[in-house]
This record gives sequence, structure tokens and C-alpha cells, in this order.
Amino acid sequence: MNIHEYQAKQLLRQFGVPVPNGQVAHTPEEAIAAANALTTAKVVVKAQIHAGGRGKGGGVKVVDKTDAAVKEAATAIIGMQLVTHQTGPEGKKVKCVLVEEGSQIAHEYYLSIVLDRARSCPILMVSREGGMDIEEVAEHAPEKLLKLHIHPTIGLQAYQIRQACFFLQLPAEAMKSAHALMSNLYKLYLDKDCSLVEINPMVLTADNRVVALDAKLNFDSNALFRHPDVMAFRDLDEEDPLEVEASKYNLNYIKLEGSVGCMVNGAGLAMASMDIIKLAGAAPANFLDVGGSANAEMIENAFRILLSDTSVKAVLINIFGGILRCDRLAEGVVAAAEKLSVKVPIVIRMKGTNVDQGKAILAASPLKFMVAETMKEAADKVAAAVLAPVG
Amino acid sequence: MAVLVTESTKLMVQGITGKEGSFHAEQCIRYGTQVVAGVTPGKGGTSVTLADKTIPVFNTVKEAAQATGANATVIFVPPPFAADAILEAAEADLSLVICITEGIPINDMMRVKSTLQDKPHVRLIGPNCPGVISPDIAKIGIMPGHIHKKGPVGIVSRSGTLTYEAVDQLTQLGIGQSTCIGIGGDPVNGTNFIDCLNLFERDPETKAIVMIGEIGGSAEEDAGRFAKENITKPIVCFIAGQTAPPGKRMGHAGAIIAGGKGTAAEKMATLKECGISVVQSPADIGETMAKVLATV
Repeated sequence: MNIHEYQAKQLLRQFGVPVPNGQVAHTPEEAIAAANALTTAKVVVKAQIHAGGRGKGGGVKVVDKTDAAVKEAATAIIGMQLVTHQTGPEGKKVKCVLVEEGSQIAHEYYLSIVLDRARSCPILMVSREGGMDIEEVAEHAPEKLLKLHIHPTIGLQAYQIRQACFFLQLPAEAMKSAHALMSNLYKLYLDKDCSLVEINPMVLTADNRVVALDAKLNFDSNALFRHPDVMAFRDLDEEDPLEVEASKYNLNYIKLEGSVGCMVNGAGLAMASMDIIKLAGAAPANFLDVGGSANAEMIENAFRILLSDTSVKAVLINIFGGILRCDRLAEGVVAAAEKLSVKVPIVIRMKGTNVDQGKAILAASPLKFMVAETMKEAADKVAAAVLAPVG
Repeated sequence: MAVLVTESTKLMVQGITGKEGSFHAEQCIRYGTQVVAGVTPGKGGTSVTLADKTIPVFNTVKEAAQATGANATVIFVPPPFAADAILEAAEADLSLVICITEGIPINDMMRVKSTLQDKPHVRLIGPNCPGVISPDIAKIGIMPGHIHKKGPVGIVSRSGTLTYEAVDQLTQLGIGQSTCIGIGGDPVNGTNFIDCLNLFERDPETKAIVMIGEIGGSAEEDAGRFAKENITKPIVCFIAGQTAPPGKRMGHAGAIIAGGKGTAAEKMATLKECGISVVQSPADIGETMAKVLATV
């Protein structure tokens, strides 16, 4: 799960990581009030959306701390459709801004803590190339990126923090503040079950303090059950409405660009079904994993959600029945298709437990289902259905 | 011979009194698995009757192992308590710990994995996996047993139902399996592809290997490079998620293309370079294996 920058900074503050003073504002008037609470001559007005690259898209403005200048910046940003390299061409609507004090920057650094899957431990990464796209740095100048593996049970050690500080060539006066920042940041990463903490840039101020100027936090969704405070930060407006609806029913749904709606049990088989649809010449409209223990109600909800995507021209159901029995699936599909008066062609491929009973139920239904034996046959049939000329 | 699950496997079920635990314990018994004990804290001294067999229930893993000689465990414990259940099993020195539970926090699993390094004789499979089956011998997990057939192909996979698909294709072609191992869909897991390739390499019954990977991480590439140097048996591989968009978690916690890394294309290219038969379509796993076996 992602959260907004202003929420991330709230958590950083709570863990003793220095961040610029500032407040979130939903209107230009609130922005003026927020600016007036600050003591610096310049203030920064930053669009709050779940995407990077906001500055380049015009979502970040540094202005003089006058009511007129702050109002102009906030008016321009709040309500704008901000397009960045991470939002897609349609962009994201900005609902609020973070109004922060301007900083006297001596140097910008990069710092992050993230899971290293290959080694099964967190990794601290630092670079003097702050503000840059770190994947570029890792690719083209790996010597400019220091990676320190953190032992999962003993945690980030003082010598590792010193190593990071020396690598960053921080002045001696800033060491203490940098040490506190890194150690507190790791505490936050662990305590709140983050999957990513990224400070880009972390800055050295003119008076030798180290401050987190920007902050991006991602959380392990498996651990959210123990963090109601983090859950409260969830912003449903930042998520696809169909994905939000699906999550209410414990369905794993992800909207894609194609025209074949997919309903599959199991994540691997669901991805493989998408792949084989593509190989058949069509494109999947979604990823949908109904899970191993789907019941009639879940199937109906799954159906309703994938059909409410108007780009769906045909549906492929691919179920490998283990625990989920094929007869129960067939009953659920027939009931849901009748109830929702489905108009688009439906191709069903079932395998496994009670498959013959399942097929008999489909055959007895007045609805015309196309039944396939293999994944390939199912993909070919559904591709033919969406590619056929209308009428 | 099969690997991991054999005639000498004596299984306990952690979480045997729960809905999932009791259902699947019964299915395992019906398949022929020796289920000798159950563990549910607070229900020690009671018993459950599954498939006409009475299974004693214990409060702790240690008691269950001592009383019954169990040497393997399968865990059906809810995610907040599953890491603790794995550690308890490791402490009791069970040689095989299979964790079915999906949704364990990553930080919990990191600590578990780090702790298991002091227990090299304890092998963890999963979490978030279907388990392990050695056809006609025993199964530990949630896979439908009846689709399997005993034979020469070892399967290792990050997926559940996609593994059933591969098994079914093989069985339909008359090709049986030695052992099928689901290593799970989480980013931090116990046994990895390389461990399983090693097991299959040493198993005389296994003549060829199916490896099923998916987007996210670099475990497939690591396995490919390892296989090139160390595995003599032929490998057929499919990678799921060729059409998956970046930055989105595709059901499995570990199935995500992050920072442009972990794409199916990248994995497939590396595996091909390592001499592995990579199939583009999931429908071709069985037939490709049939051709490969004909050359062994």
C-alpha cells in the first residue's frame, strides 16, 4: 500500500526523523494559513498524489511567502490533472497540497531501505547522487551507490551507519544528525512493516543538519492487519474503483487494457491465462484470481465486477478445481449469468474435481456457454469471439 | 525414490482443529499419507477423527513429535501466528516443515529465515504454497491428489493451480511425476528453486524437471545460471506473467515487476541462454516435456 508524502512525513516525525515544517492544505485559503505558520522567506507548495515525478509535471512550486504568491501556486495545483511518468497519460487529480518551509540546501543525497528478495533481508542504499532516478544510477554508475545488507534479527548496526556516512562524505558536524536519521528510519521500516522507505532527496542544510526533504513509504499489505494507523492513511481515490470494489470481497482484481474479461482460480494460473489470451491474438481486460475456496457469492461478485468494465467483449473462465469443485463453480456461474443477464460470450474451461457434473450443469442451462477442454482451446475460442466482426 | 515426501514421512498437522486444517488433513489421509498427530494449543489431550482414523491432538509441536515420532509438519495456522508456528516446528527439529498459510508479513518471514540458518537439518517449504506430493506415496498439502501419476518428472513451482495444470498436461500424456514441490508465491520463502533442482538431480527416479516461475525477483535467473553449471537433467520452464503490467502485485505477494526488474521477458531470455527449454505458452508444458523425455 502507498500513502501520500504528507502522511509519510507525519510518520517520519513520529519516529524522530527530521523533515521540513509544513502542513497539508485542501484549499488556497488553507494553503495561505499553512504558509503563515512557517518562518522561512520561501515556501514550497507540493501536489499530493501517489506518483513520482511531480516536479517535472508542474506539481511542485517554490514561491515567496506572500499570501498572493502562495494563493496563486495553490490555486494552480489544487484541482489540476497532474501528469507524470508514473500516472499514465490521463494523469491524476490533485486534491491537496503540502505547504512546507523552503530549505537551504548544501547537498542532496539518496537514501532508501528496501527488501532484498535474493538475500531475504532489508538493504540500506545510499548515494551522493540525490534527486536522481536511482535505477539509472544503479545501472550506469553502480560505484556511486552503496548497498548495506541489514541482518533481520540484529538490525542496522552503528558501523554500517558510519560506513554510509563516510561514503556520502558528510561533514563531521552532520554525522550525529545523520546517524539519528538512519537509525530512526530503520526503526520506522521495521515497526510499521514497510516494504520501502525512500528519502530522495535527503539534504544537508547550510547549517549542517540532515533532513528528509521528500519521503516515499510503501507498506507490506500482509502486515496491515497490525497497523490500523497506517490503514487509516489509505486513499481510495488513488486506486482503481473496480479494484477497490473487488478488494471488499477478497478478490484479487487488477484492471488491464484489453477486451477479454478473465476469471481464474490461483494467481499463477490467472497470469498464465492472460498470457495465453495474448498468444491467441487478443488481450486480457483484467487479472482476476477468485482464490481456492470461492463460493457462489464470490463468483457472482467477481462476474459483476469484471462485467462492469465496459471494454469487456467476452469472458474467459478458467478453473482448475481442487478444493473448489467444478459443479459448484458451474452452479455459481449459471446463477450469476442469469441474475446479471450477461450479454457477452462466455468461454468456460474447467478441470479437476467433479468436472463432469459441472459440464452437465452448464449444458442444462438455457444460456449458451462455450465449453473448452484445454487452455489453448479456451483462449482460441475467446479470442475468436472478441476478434469476430460484430453482426 | 521420491524427494522430500517418502514412505517414511510421518506427518503432524499444526492447526488440525481448524476448518482448513481438518479438511486437508483428511484429504492427505485418504491419499495415503501417515498423519500421526495434530497440534492446537489449548486442545492437547483431545483427538480428532478424520477418514475413520483417530488422530491425537497435542498442545505443542515438541510433545507431538516425542509422542508419535512425527518427522514432518504441515502448517494451517492464520497469518498473524504462522511465523511462530514455523519457529516452533524448527525448534522441535522436524526435518520437513511445510507452511500452506498465505499472507504472512514479510518481516516475520525474514526473521524466520534468518533463524532457520542455525537449523540446517530443518527444511522449510513455503509459505503460501500448495505443498509437496510424491504420487502414489503420500501428499502433504492442498493439491488434488487424483490428477497425479507416478513417474519420472520432478516439478518445482511458485504457483498452485498452475502446477496442477502442468501436472494434468503430463498425466494426460501418460507422463508421471516423481515429486511435485510448490515453493510458494511469497518474496521470502524457505526452499528455493536451486534447492529443488539439487534434490531432483540427486534423485535417481527423476529423469527431467519442470520449473514454473513467475514475474518478480530473480530466483528463476539464479536457478537458470545454477542449472547451467550443476544440473545434468533436462529442464522445461514456463514463466507466468508475460502480459503483467509493471508495479502491480499479481495476486501473489512476490509477483510484482519492481523498478523494471523481474519481468517475464528478462527471465525467459536468461533461462534460454542457460540451455533450458523455455515454453512461451502454458499449454505447451506437457508436450515439450514429452519431446524432452524422448531424448533422455
